[in-house]
Amino acid sequence: MSEEFILIPGRTSRQGCGISEGKFTDGYQEETQVLQVAKADMERLGLNQGDRVRVTSETGEIEVVITPAKGDELPPGILFIAYGDLSSRLMGADTHGSGMPTSKGLDVTLEKLNS
Amino acid sequence: MATTTAKSDAPSADLRVIEDATCTFCGCVCDDIELKVQDSHITEAKRACVLGKAWFLNHDIEDRPSCLIEGQAASVEEGIERAARILSEARYPIVYGLSDTTCEAQRVAVAISDWIGGNVDTTTSVCHGPSGMAFQGVGEVTSTLGEVANRGDFIMFWGSNPAESHPRHFTKYSLMPKGMFLPNGRKDRTCVIVDVRRTKSAKAADIFLQIKPRKDFEALWTLRALAQGLELDADEVEAETGVPLATFQDVMDRMKRAKFGVIFFGMGLTMTRGKHLNSEALLALTRDMNRYTRFVCKPNRGHGNVTGADNVVSWRTGYPFGVNFGRGYPRFNPGEYTTSDTLARAEADAAMIIASDPMANFSQAARDHLRSIPYVALDPKETPTTRAATVAFNTATYGINVPGTVYRMDDVPIPLRPAFESPHPSDFDVLSGIERRVRELKGVEPA
Repeated sequence: MSEEFILIPGRTSRQGCGISEGKFTDGYQEETQVLQVAKADMERLGLNQGDRVRVTSETGEIEVVITPAKGDELPPGILFIAYGDLSSRLMGADTHGSGMPTSKGLDVTLEKLNS
Repeated sequence: MATTTAKSDAPSADLRVIEDATCTFCGCVCDDIELKVQDSHITEAKRACVLGKAWFLNHDIEDRPSCLIEGQAASVEEGIERAARILSEARYPIVYGLSDTTCEAQRVAVAISDWIGGNVDTTTSVCHGPSGMAFQGVGEVTSTLGEVANRGDFIMFWGSNPAESHPRHFTKYSLMPKGMFLPNGRKDRTCVIVDVRRTKSAKAADIFLQIKPRKDFEALWTLRALAQGLELDADEVEAETGVPLATFQDVMDRMKRAKFGVIFFGMGLTMTRGKHLNSEALLALTRDMNRYTRFVCKPNRGHGNVTGADNVVSWRTGYPFGVNFGRGYPRFNPGEYTTSDTLARAEADAAMIIASDPMANFSQAARDHLRSIPYVALDPKETPTTRAATVAFNTATYGINVPGTVYRMDDVPIPLRPAFESPHPSDFDVLSGIERRVRELKGVEPA
């Protein structure tokens, strides 16, 4: 069963450091391949740290491991992922005449995968 | 290198100290870094933030060829020849990136775009491009970061998380400095942060407004209405934005009482639905506030010389990004000449990517098309973009190996003071070679 969320990709300091350390290093790859979920949503959906989920947008879908967001950083209903290959796969190509694809605030669905 | 000095108390004859080195990782462009350099390795970057340390300590000389053609080592001259032919023979070539290189290299890239009748576009188009459009519609009431440090007593961050993206922003420019008119530093300032997430930056705020996602436009217009003294329906405001009207009113009262207000804004505005309309609303709010007090605004820029790219492309073409030379003169049209679009619509038939990684950052449709056309890439690091390039130049790193000029996010030009030389060519060297050969192929008289 899938749930609707709003996804916000963004900069993290670890992802930023990874750009300098190298995009093929473990640090960058790990940081950009984990999805942050609000603790309340994890409890509600019976999700645990390290579970794999499928996230689907209008444009694409990814499979990714999850981790609880720190403290109250994320309100329920919002997901966060560091900028990278996975976040780009969910981004549409249409820029609506601006040059900028809608890259934050993406409508997505989240579905738990059987491990 | 003009500012390289050897200190007498250095433990080794090979240890050099670079005073006032410039960090080009982010738009803060901190130019007070002290580097310790041992041979071709920076061992310490004093005063640099976590991002700056990662920048300085991870740009050693990489043992890779300076040029690869279709994955095979080649001479730089062979690479320049192949690159010039790819660009000259294309019907719709595009030049993209430019935000992590010197103004001197950017200038040559614009010239190449002109000779080949293609597009020149920068990473601004997927960063603050929408703000660039809004500047043209509303204007920008602005200031330098020095004025912010010395005068700004009301500091607002909207859709920006400097604690992670610009770690020295608070301490060097916006919140902590004891300024000419703010002798008590942080105590003399009010900080308001607006975001949909309670980010690390939120801890620094006196007031944190957690608005609903994709409601920046509505929240900004609520403040515009309150600035005018209009009456609003409290239930409607809270239902729409997630923030009580009384909180907005409190913020507006503080904004009006401020002597020098500043709004920094980030990609929470420009990347979210509404884009340039969100930026326009913020610029208009800033303009409105000048009826009551002094207020300025500034986009928090990401890359080290993305502001330089805006400046150079503007003074060379009249427009800041998304420029087409197909008719022999510059035309500007975001959505048409911007790189996300020309790639995703499969219009471009050749490309040159300078210091940028669209193969990681662009939509899948754009990445699939870039992979299908011949393209040239220049980058000091191996990236998904350099790996798939027809011609890939492994270039020297600006600021660490290469001197030149960059622009801080407040449009202040800053000189670079490199730490050590690289065996690899600079972006400027490679681009100058490509420009010379393109001119020959196009039958243009030598400069």
